[in-house]
Amino acid sequence: MALARTRSVVLLGVTGHLVEIEADIAAGLPGVSLIGLPDAALAEARDRIRAAIVNSNHTWPPQRITLALSPADLRKQGSHFDVALALAVLAASDVVEQASLDKIVFLGELGLDGTIRAVRGVLPAVLTAVRAGFSQVVVPVENAAEAALVPEAEVRAVASLAELVRMLTGEPCEVVVGSAPAQLPPPRTHDLADVVGQAQGRRALEGAAAGGHHLYLTGPPGAGKTMLAERLPGVLPPLSSEEALEVTAVHSVAGLLPPDAPLVTGPPFQAPHHTATVAALVGGGSGIPRPGAISCAHRGVLFLDEAPELASGTLDALREPMERGEVSIARSAGLVRFPARFQLVLASNPCPCASAAGDAACVCPPAVRRRYLAKLSGPLLDRIDLRVELLPLGRSALFAEGQRGESSAVVADRVRSARETAAARLAGTPWRTNAEVPGPVLRSQWRLPARVLTTASRALERGEISARGFDRVLRCAWTIADLSGRTSPGRYDVSEAVGFRIGTVAA
Amino acid sequence: MKRKDALGAYGERLAATHLEQAGLTLLERNWRCSDGEIDLIATDGDAVVFCEVKTRSSVAYGHPAEAVVRAKAARLRRLAARWLAEQDAGWPEVRFDVVAVVRSPRGAATVTHLRGAF
Repeated sequence: MALARTRSVVLLGVTGHLVEIEADIAAGLPGVSLIGLPDAALAEARDRIRAAIVNSNHTWPPQRITLALSPADLRKQGSHFDVALALAVLAASDVVEQASLDKIVFLGELGLDGTIRAVRGVLPAVLTAVRAGFSQVVVPVENAAEAALVPEAEVRAVASLAELVRMLTGEPCEVVVGSAPAQLPPPRTHDLADVVGQAQGRRALEGAAAGGHHLYLTGPPGAGKTMLAERLPGVLPPLSSEEALEVTAVHSVAGLLPPDAPLVTGPPFQAPHHTATVAALVGGGSGIPRPGAISCAHRGVLFLDEAPELASGTLDALREPMERGEVSIARSAGLVRFPARFQLVLASNPCPCASAAGDAACVCPPAVRRRYLAKLSGPLLDRIDLRVELLPLGRSALFAEGQRGESSAVVADRVRSARETAAARLAGTPWRTNAEVPGPVLRSQWRLPARVLTTASRALERGEISARGFDRVLRCAWTIADLSGRTSPGRYDVSEAVGFRIGTVAA
Repeated sequence: MKRKDALGAYGERLAATHLEQAGLTLLERNWRCSDGEIDLIATDGDAVVFCEVKTRSSVAYGHPAEAVVRAKAARLRRLAARWLAEQDAGWPEVRFDVVAVVRSPRGAATVTHLRGAF
């Protein structure tokens, strides 16, 4: 048979399309043409599949071979088409039967020696295949566990093209049957018990975890800003299985998944360096866009240390995804959407001199301090509910014996019950955490008596908080009430929330 | 005669026989001019066929037909134009074929005839 057909998947962000690969062998001078909008990695597949077929002891047909990927108008990228392309050639030259390929979707890159190598984006690709009605997939061995995360998929993994041909022709061969990995609880590497003192910071962290609020920490170097931020994922509840798949799909496309533990079960933590570009942060790149740090932090924490050092345009690029919970990136190759529902933790020194002793030893003129913090734009800060200034640690706090703080496990328990309370109250609404509830709904549906709101109203009158800031105070007050098990916020909860809103941080 | 030239001559003889058996009428063998050489020129019905013969003793360095690269094809076209200019007769169709011969250590060589190769 001079014509054969195999199937693979092209990914656009975390969504995929089934791709049909046709191979036609015709009389003519030997040569290969690969058509169907391939990118550079795919165009190089010609040379890889030829070497792989020859080195797997099969013959490369000395004829004119046309390889077509359809739909032809969709740009294809990546090296994971290699296996499907090679099999199309082998089927067109009658090495394997077309019928043995018809129900299978193939993913994998080929080495020149015919080994099948791991590729990125296996989980979303397998999801696409299953949704398109192809439950049988063949993947690289390293990706077998990841592919098996899709419950309906029948996953088979082989080490080389030669093995794969033996499998398809029914000869004895070594096939790994993919099985879903055991769902291990996320390892807790950082514990809150290691943080010395900083009661205010811990309280804010707990509130951020319970209500899903964004958090802004300022303080001198060494006060524990990074330590606190790193411990936020540890007190957040683990991901639900649906969330875990969402996060794993993004990490798979970004190539972040470790092969031994392919399912992300805990909230991810991303801490890009402050030199990060807009593309690194929100996603992008030439050709088909790749996910950025905000998408890798989906359902987890995005920690931006030294936030004022980030280019201001970069920081402001976060505003829109923060509101929408996803980011759309338009490129000539197409519009790509990545999920980006992350919790933002900003950290900064109070001024450029950043004396470890805190403000007392600061040598910066007031104008310099103001300019430094003004690099965080008003609209961005407006979206951050909780702001805390951490004070430098004294000697007594650092060396105090038996003064270990609460452990992450204890705090996580309180966070979980607070989240359950909030979820019960929000049942029947599209929201799950306090931070997501729009202000007008909060003010009308869960109206608080005026005497409870005194502190907030006064701050509003004095112009210390904006109308939007008022709503944010309300949200925090509800979170604080949830944490202490009250059915609705009291005066002190509102006062504490106002304190977090105004903080000692300017803006 | 060098060994590679002997192999080439052997391939061209085989190719000529193959073409005649396939019903083509040979007009010229090894037609030369200052630009180069056309291995075989034949007619196939209404068409005049310019034929490049490539012979190899094994496929270890690739199939012989793969050795007909773009530059080779371009030269053959140029030579064909010169040959046609010298003829009185005309043909409604011009075709370029490649005959690939792989000699095998035992038994018969394989001859592949690619019609209209470029």
